Amino acid sequence: MSEQLLFAAEVTLNGLMAGVLYALVALGFVLIFKASGIFNYAQGVMALFAALTLVGIQQGQVPFSHLINAIFGTNIHHFPWQVPSIIAIILAAGVMVGFAWLVERYILKHLVGQPDIILFMATIGLAYFMEGFGDIMWGSEIKTLDVGLPSGLNETIDTVTYNWFGYGFFIDNLDIVAAVIAALLVAALTIFSQYSKQGRALRAVADDHSAALSVGISLRFIWVLVWSIAGFVALVAGIMWGAKSGVQFSLSLIALKALPVLMLGGFTSIPGAIIGGLIIGVGEQLFEFAIGPLIGGATQNWFAYVLALVFLIFRPQGLFGEKIIERV
Amino acid sequence: MFYREAGDFKTSYRDDNQTFPIRLDRAGYWVAIAVAFGIVPFFVNDYWVNAIFAPFFIYAIAALGLNILTGYAGQVSLGTGGFMAVGAYAVYKLMVAFPEINIIFHVLMAGGITAVVGVLFGLPSLRIKGFYLAVATLASQFFLIWLFNKVPWFYNYSASGQINAPERSVFGIIVTGPNTEAWAKYLICLVFLVGVAWMARNLTRGMTGRKWMGIRDMDIAAEIIGVNPLMAKMTAFAVSSFFVGVAGALFFAVYLGAAEAGESFGISKSFLILFMIIIGGLGSIFGSFAGAAFMVLMPVFLKNVLVGGMGWPTDLAAHFEFMIVGGLIVFFLIVEPHGLAQLWRLTKEKLRLWPFPH
Amino acid sequence: MSLDMNANSYVTEDGRTIGPVVMDLKNITLRFGGVVAIKDISFNIREGEIRAIIGPNGAGKSSMLNVISGFYKPQEGEVWFRGAKRPPMRPYQVAQQGLARTFQNIALFDGMTVLDNIMTGRLNHMKTNLLQQAMWWGKAEKEELANREVCEKVIDFLEIQHIRKTPVGRLPYGLKKRVELARALAAEPSLLLLDEPMAGMNVEEKEDMSRFILDMNDEFGTTIALIEHDMGVVMDLSDRVVVMDYGKKIGDGTPDEVRNNQDVIDAYLGVSHD
Repeated sequence: MSEQLLFAAEVTLNGLMAGVLYALVALGFVLIFKASGIFNYAQGVMALFAALTLVGIQQGQVPFSHLINAIFGTNIHHFPWQVPSIIAIILAAGVMVGFAWLVERYILKHLVGQPDIILFMATIGLAYFMEGFGDIMWGSEIKTLDVGLPSGLNETIDTVTYNWFGYGFFIDNLDIVAAVIAALLVAALTIFSQYSKQGRALRAVADDHSAALSVGISLRFIWVLVWSIAGFVALVAGIMWGAKSGVQFSLSLIALKALPVLMLGGFTSIPGAIIGGLIIGVGEQLFEFAIGPLIGGATQNWFAYVLALVFLIFRPQGLFGEKIIERV
Repeated sequence: MFYREAGDFKTSYRDDNQTFPIRLDRAGYWVAIAVAFGIVPFFVNDYWVNAIFAPFFIYAIAALGLNILTGYAGQVSLGTGGFMAVGAYAVYKLMVAFPEINIIFHVLMAGGITAVVGVLFGLPSLRIKGFYLAVATLASQFFLIWLFNKVPWFYNYSASGQINAPERSVFGIIVTGPNTEAWAKYLICLVFLVGVAWMARNLTRGMTGRKWMGIRDMDIAAEIIGVNPLMAKMTAFAVSSFFVGVAGALFFAVYLGAAEAGESFGISKSFLILFMIIIGGLGSIFGSFAGAAFMVLMPVFLKNVLVGGMGWPTDLAAHFEFMIVGGLIVFFLIVEPHGLAQLWRLTKEKLRLWPFPH
Repeated sequence: MSLDMNANSYVTEDGRTIGPVVMDLKNITLRFGGVVAIKDISFNIREGEIRAIIGPNGAGKSSMLNVISGFYKPQEGEVWFRGAKRPPMRPYQVAQQGLARTFQNIALFDGMTVLDNIMTGRLNHMKTNLLQQAMWWGKAEKEELANREVCEKVIDFLEIQHIRKTPVGRLPYGLKKRVELARALAAEPSLLLLDEPMAGMNVEEKEDMSRFILDMNDEFGTTIALIEHDMGVVMDLSDRVVVMDYGKKIGDGTPDEVRNNQDVIDAYLGVSHD
């Protein structure tokens, strides 16, 4: 095989890995959208917030220390302890559940029956709020997140491919772990929504709010549940991205990467989110590899969007979305 | 008790159609115009213009533009920053290429160019609706910013990648470049704002506005009673982008003087303008003003209180601002989806009945 | 009285002149996937008459109206309007030809006032362009005021002066129906389609509505095609009635003829189809 082709294959593989992570974020969107018809723009900030909380708990940071210091003139930073990763993850997940409850209690409850677009804008407001809140609570400096995931070059793949093709593929261990975890998460969620009682209730709510209410499903419980799950997915995504590139503001921008994935895959389809994520992951890497150098590079900034846009013009409901029937 | 229409009878449809049907409102409007043009320019200094008036006027123009698209025609756009960038780069290229032509025309032409770009990116709105469209408009945001960063022709191959506004004048008064007087900046922004607001008002009260609102409220029914959805949406995108382009041109040429696409016209700008119209009031001209004023004044206020008054570090105050903005957005959407404009209307309603509420 | 379908015009018992055919539907078939909503239906509408389409639920009446107003495109058949075959066109183009309609589930613009809603009915009569409207003074204002006068006449006619400036979203159901009628009427249509104008109304409101429909036909000579469930109302109002059942036409003629048609009686009394 020629050098170019091998290189392209490596780019494709890396694109697939990145695509899995996009899919992971997109999954959080799909869950909330299916259960409540809300397009949750705050999903990315939730990932950032979850990661910040995790690091904060792990390192024993004092919450709101900046604020306390500013008001009382004190100088506190950390508790004199460190929390083991696994406990920190559980605690952070607990925080996300509490967050889900607060969102339901103080926002969703008051916005029932509003047009979708109002709900969408409300989540943009929520995103801004959480961004400020997260920074005030844990500080805005870049943090490193380390929960003991492997990282760096996977030498097995490197060696094997070198022996086969005479060219070693560079695949990050972290990407492999992320892909495996994402796949597990997707499988678990699918099983949950197909076979458990709550899962059935969740699909019922997604189909018709009032009909679900009339057969005795608690809408509020379902919403808290689904936002909790989305919070958990955000935590997982936050851990993966945080471990990869540090916990900082730009982490919230992965939400922006997930949006075209959703447009491509359809807002209501879990398989759509996965396949959309993979297409976009591979597509933007290959585009940058093949066309990028000709037109100045950094095409990842917009490629996914333009791809999704062009695609939508021909299929407005996305790959797996339900067909929209218009009537008067 | 003077604030009411009793005794202020309308004897023609023309009177009945006017912008401010109540006499006191009319008077207030003329007084505001007179003060803004006749008195304020003599007293403004650099701080007031740069911190408050210029951004307020320019953002109000952009907010009017976005409100036409989102508030009146119902098409949510997250690409406002990108379209402002089109206006800015267009006016830059025009200023450099045709130095002998008056800057006023450059700004208007920049608006026109933005309108064309807006229509182009608005075309998908025929197929895509709701937040699918909102997300699709992000494509224009990212693509345009990338374009202005990566294609050197747009910034005339300058080493820094920035664009700098050359000095231009109107009737011998310098309005762009570092030597601009505060009052000149103030006046040129004000003139554009008044012109744009007047046009926006005329369009929204006439048949064009009704077509837009018809598409917004029920697009299928609108088409069946005779609204051409293509034309209605495209005119909304064109007019909206024209205003936004003018705002972008002024923002760069008059206010900033130097700009870099990602820095000055990034996605956060798109959100800022969107927040202005949510807080101010969707589908309201007054709301665009109120929202712009609010979003310009609040950071200034917070900075003075938190940093100046309480001695907080600036970054903490900035985070606090994020929280307040986000919280207010949610609050307004829950309590009053029609924003400040509706609160103002309700107050006036009360005032009209005062002191006999029944 | 028997009808001569080919005659250009004739005079009814109560002395009204019914003109030539305005809308002629020829062998219309409409399918949704495998479901046949309308099967090979032909009928016409004459100028100045009140034409009713009746039938049990799911008979395809609303689909028929949607075909006429251009919202659904029939797979087979032709629509002739004013002596010319209508080429495939978008609903707004159909409206520009002079068709106006109301909807079964009110389709008003909730965010606008009653007056603005009615003014939207005038949109095919207003010609100023975007630039003229942005400038307002002169042409645009003159046109606006002239059309406002037409709307005010309609408002007077339908007795809704008091709610002129009320946002439509705040109105009760019966008034909304009336505003919707006003919007359609303001268009001065050559054919007005009413989709269940009296659905969900009480007796008093029905009487009002019937009066408006008759007056409209009488004073403005508006041609009206309507769908209605209330048999009594239909028989009183209309000149000719088309009866549909399961997407097929089972009767067509004057109310008396239809009333005595065996197929119609079967359909309404529920004789099994076999």
